[in-house]
Amino acid sequence: MITLTHFLLVSACIFCIGLYAVLAKRNAIMILVGIELMINASILNFVAFSRYDKTNYGGQIFALFAIVLAAAAVAVGLAIILNVYRQFKTINPQNIHELKD
Amino acid sequence: MEQFLFYAFAAMAILSALLLVSIRNTARALFLLFIVLFAMAGLYLFALADFVAITQILVYVGGVLILLIFAFMLSNKELLADLQSTSQRFMSLPNWQSMSLSLAFLAVLVYSFIAWTKEAPEWMARAQADGSILSPTDDNIQTLGLKFMTQYILPFEIISVFLMMALIGAAHLSRREGSR
Repeated sequence: MITLTHFLLVSACIFCIGLYAVLAKRNAIMILVGIELMINASILNFVAFSRYDKTNYGGQIFALFAIVLAAAAVAVGLAIILNVYRQFKTINPQNIHELKD
Repeated sequence: MEQFLFYAFAAMAILSALLLVSIRNTARALFLLFIVLFAMAGLYLFALADFVAITQILVYVGGVLILLIFAFMLSNKELLADLQSTSQRFMSLPNWQSMSLSLAFLAVLVYSFIAWTKEAPEWMARAQADGSILSPTDDNIQTLGLKFMTQYILPFEIISVFLMMALIGAAHLSRREGSR
């Protein structure tokens, strides 16, 4: 049986890799990928804790909710990225600094 | 055997995630995300969450990754620009700063997890003492379905309406300007 600490350490590593991607990448799609990695790390935590919660199954249920939320976030985020690309012809976040057309 | 498989999946997830953030080519990074998501689904299996693992494969690999590849292909000219634009950055941090920031955060997380497991909360200790933790022979999917329809019906409905709102919003946002 794998102990809880193993899961927590793996998810900490994945979360920090996602944080690095969000901070360092200069491409909006890669920033979205970093956010996805962070959400995946949190889902791993949910699932790992859910093993001890047999009466409520709270962890697994809310892991499924988190997957749905991530899918919604990606759909809206990619729509915004496509609009931004159409407007500015770039998806580098540092080149997008004007609010008006 | 179980330990070995767990470490194999964890190493695959972490190593390909590291490669994902260090590679320059966005298309290759997206396909590495594929591997990371599969390895994470394998890790969910070790926590006895088979339905979550299958949903991860269906939703992420089948939906999210296809969307990401679509968006990448529709904004393809960035591929060359991303290779050279290392100068004049003021919003995103330089690489070494973000690396030290995330390493510091990793250190904090690891320290707090290790300190935390020494005194786990008492509901977990009670569940372990009762022997009422999930076992591999449990009927996970049936229990999940019952819980969704009885105990968690309100969050389920809220998330359904939220998903519909988000999809309508995405369809509205990605509409062409001239076609209104």
